[in-house]
Amino acid sequence: MLTEFSMSNILPALPEIFLAGSILALLLVGVFSAKENASRSVLGLSLVSLVVTLLLILSGSLSSHHIEFAFPYGQGLDGGPAGFFFISDLFSIYAKSLILLVAIIAIILSEDVLNRLRINKFEFYILVLVSVLGMMVMVSSHHLLTMYMGLELMSFSLYVLVSFWRDNNKSSEAGLKYFVLGSLASGLLLFGLSYIYGVVGDLSFTAIGDVISDIQMDGQNVTLVVALVLVMTALAFKLSAVPFHMWTPDVYQGAPTPVTTFMAAGPKVAAFALLMRLLTEPFAAMAADWTQVIIALSILTMAVGSYMAIVQTNLKRLLAYSSIGHVGFMLVGLVGGTAQGVQSVLMYLTIYSLMTMGAFGLLMLLRRKDIYLETIDDVAGLSEQAPAYAFMLMLLMFSIAGIPPLAGFFAKFYVFSAAVAAGYSWLAILAVLFSVIVAYYVLRVVRSMYFDKMVSVSVDLSAPLLMRGVVVGLVIFVAGYIFAMQPLDEFTYRAAESLLLAKNF
Amino acid sequence: MFPDLMFYVFASVMLIAALGVVTAKNPIFSVLFLILTFLNCSGLFILMGAEFLGLMLVLVYVGAIAVMFLFVLMTIDIDFAMLKEGYASYMPVGVLTGVVLLVELILAVKSGLFSSDHLITQTAMPIPTDTQNITAIGQVLFTDYLAPFQLAGMVLLVAMIGAIVLTFRRREGVKRQNITEQVLRTRKEAVELKKVKSGQGLV
Repeated sequence: MLTEFSMSNILPALPEIFLAGSILALLLVGVFSAKENASRSVLGLSLVSLVVTLLLILSGSLSSHHIEFAFPYGQGLDGGPAGFFFISDLFSIYAKSLILLVAIIAIILSEDVLNRLRINKFEFYILVLVSVLGMMVMVSSHHLLTMYMGLELMSFSLYVLVSFWRDNNKSSEAGLKYFVLGSLASGLLLFGLSYIYGVVGDLSFTAIGDVISDIQMDGQNVTLVVALVLVMTALAFKLSAVPFHMWTPDVYQGAPTPVTTFMAAGPKVAAFALLMRLLTEPFAAMAADWTQVIIALSILTMAVGSYMAIVQTNLKRLLAYSSIGHVGFMLVGLVGGTAQGVQSVLMYLTIYSLMTMGAFGLLMLLRRKDIYLETIDDVAGLSEQAPAYAFMLMLLMFSIAGIPPLAGFFAKFYVFSAAVAAGYSWLAILAVLFSVIVAYYVLRVVRSMYFDKMVSVSVDLSAPLLMRGVVVGLVIFVAGYIFAMQPLDEFTYRAAESLLLAKNF
Repeated sequence: MFPDLMFYVFASVMLIAALGVVTAKNPIFSVLFLILTFLNCSGLFILMGAEFLGLMLVLVYVGAIAVMFLFVLMTIDIDFAMLKEGYASYMPVGVLTGVVLLVELILAVKSGLFSSDHLITQTAMPIPTDTQNITAIGQVLFTDYLAPFQLAGMVLLVAMIGAIVLTFRRREGVKRQNITEQVLRTRKEAVELKKVKSGQGLV
């Protein structure tokens, strides 16, 4: 009944185990070091542990096995284990590397702002690390239990991070809102999972996939459809897809900007990776059912994301709606569940994360009299006061709109061509129309910077060199994406292939 | 026959109590209804043969969480009339959502997949009859289910860190005990010998 313990059963999860261990160690470092330099030393050490985790993950991509399982349980009919809690394939390696990169950038960008807001406590970095651990578990889960634990680990730390600026009313409100709605989403998810367990009798992805493909032979099954819809609802909430997006603008605006930067990128990658694994592995036999849901979600999300962004005056809210819109475009790529679709979504996720973090990073660099620029009117005349920064913000905004040859254009190009290849040309055309609207609200920001009357208060740009370097690096990536295209294309292609292969194991 | 009867008793009382939680005017009644819901739910668990879960529900939810709710409600001053504001305007949407969900669930149950013949053939792990719940859980919790168990530990750790980060603040003017300082005090700093002349005070 019990599985024999052996190192090979846990080795594929080594990066996660290392990160968990370093979180515990860092907690001790933070508690026992002197109050003045606790956050500094934890910041440095957390960067080190993230980099080591990244290297451990990447070393996995070199090994000959493309797909490895860890944490077996039970006994199956063939004498082997009944299932595995954990999977490590190229797909998860790619998604996890992206998540770690996002976390490293977010931590570097956050220190200066946290100091200025007087909330630079060492717990911040630990919570970011825990959240990253949750995301990594989500991406690598091969069992509904690990999936749920990963999701909660990620969300719990995000709830705390959102209300981290506890003296600020907006931040506390955002945290409470996110927590209440997030718990509702968790409840729906658990409800869906219990339905799946009721039908399948097991929680492992392999078993679910097998039973579902058996059942689907006899025609559509309402119970499974309800379960699928409930699970997708919960993930759509984490992705902030319409109609489960209500929290996004408030939370993105209310949370301290370093947290928003992290939240806009990391959890999206994890939730999308998990959604793709669920849809192509356990629910592969129900493609006809979930495609309808994805189509409806994507059209609604693109529409609301683009239209609502037009009326926003606050830049953080505008970026929140723009990120909702991006999720809609990514969902277009998922339609059909082809390898090309998965690859296009991975590319889009990469470009979107780095682009959005660049935009939020610029917002964290620009201040007038110690007050961060937040509204479109605040950036008026920026082109004369800080020409280099205005130019970078313009590049990022054009990339968000998808203007060639910037990275955002290629991101959209990949998902649209994947949708066309899967036979959904009409959806791709609709998506192109929506991206025209995106160009409109993006141009409003650029117009304010370049043509509106200057705000007389001077802009303060002093910031640590590393932080400015990272923002410049992100802008360079966005502008010079063409040169990074080849290796990214190859890596994402292999990742997408390994995801679709995994279900045959 | 008797278990069936008990099922209907527990289930119906539970539903009524759950309704009471959201409709009761007085929040104290809401919490008491919540406790009633938990108790009936635990009865249902025990009927299903999950006696450990049933008892845990009573211990954790009733014993710890619901009682803490009561404490919180009694110690803080909330304007409950204000919280109930807008109840009527949100009601139609809520009822509509509920009805749609209910219809879906009924359809799901009617699809027949939950009938006993389906469940028995497809349950990979049948309920063991020769061991107790606690033994069965204990055998797998720290071995097969090591990974989710450790992750649950991390979730609890986050809850603890979060509670401290969000609520702990160093107040000014509060005297705190500093043990190192206490221990390092020498007799020289603490005691002073004065000669007191007879008939006079020290001041």
